[in-house]
Amino acid sequence: MSSELISNNFRMDKLPHIWCPGCGHGIIMRSLAKAIDNLKLDKSKVCVVSGIGCSSRAPGYMDFNTLHTTHGRALAFATGIKLANPDLEVIVITGDGDCSAIGGNHLIHASRRNIGITTILFNNNIYGMTGGQYSPTTPNKSYGTTAPFGNIDKPFDICKLADAAGATYVARGTAYHANQLIKIIEKSIQNNGFSLVDAISVCPTYYGRKNKKGSSVDMLNEIKDMTIDIKTAEKLPLDKYKDKLLIGEFKNTEQPEYTAEYQKIINRFKKER
Amino acid sequence: MSAKELKVKIEWCKGCGICVAFCPKNVLELANEKINIKDKDSCIKCGQCELRCPDYAIYLEVLDDGK
Repeated sequence: MSSELISNNFRMDKLPHIWCPGCGHGIIMRSLAKAIDNLKLDKSKVCVVSGIGCSSRAPGYMDFNTLHTTHGRALAFATGIKLANPDLEVIVITGDGDCSAIGGNHLIHASRRNIGITTILFNNNIYGMTGGQYSPTTPNKSYGTTAPFGNIDKPFDICKLADAAGATYVARGTAYHANQLIKIIEKSIQNNGFSLVDAISVCPTYYGRKNKKGSSVDMLNEIKDMTIDIKTAEKLPLDKYKDKLLIGEFKNTEQPEYTAEYQKIINRFKKER
Repeated sequence: MSAKELKVKIEWCKGCGICVAFCPKNVLELANEKINIKDKDSCIKCGQCELRCPDYAIYLEVLDDGK
């Protein structure tokens, strides 16, 4: 037996998942399922798409229409699905490497077009599946197997990137703040346009060991200590929170949605014929 | 509110200890690297364990006959 949420939304014969003990991805995947469940979406109208990486194993476990695609290209496949069938609720599950390195171009252009896709980025600051190489969100001075003397790169703030590129809903949640993350994912799905949720995960196996972060519990507690909600931060002077990671909803706006605009062109020619 | 009962699916537990750490009432422990309910009577059914279990191995079951 398992909980109703799990048995109703997951492929039970595929569980338990392959993620390491204490991996934050399981918490985020459950949060996504909970958000879909709370919104009472028709399961046959939900399509979950992923690329490659630890995060991208998720659609294999989720009992919806699912697609596991090539590295970095989840948003490209998802764009095709959404244009072919705009009635589908298309949700992309991607990782920090998948989405912001090899798939970075797809991210900025899906954001720019404001196509009705919800992207949940499982951000563990490392390439876990291939053995702990640093990613575009690995913090400066952190260690990875390809940064044995400390990372000299500066990390992306993916929320700011998506915001600047034109996404209409942008938020950051964490595996520690799972209840808030569920609410954020619900709102991101409800947004009629491109939504980006930066979901902070933990990788105790690679990022944790390389950077002496301790157990998964220690890493989740560190998330609690290093984050501050944007609503709280707004009431404080900058020096009180300048070293903290902001979480919460950063942007929730309305702009014309891409597939709706595309349909208007089709309708125009149908009339002329 | 329907009655709830704390349940464990031991085959799925990977022994990460997240549920043990975030239980506010010290209901849980790890025994032989798997989850064990050591003090069921103290459980307040808050669901913190279920919320953050990455492996869906602990949950609150809603009982049918609950009022």
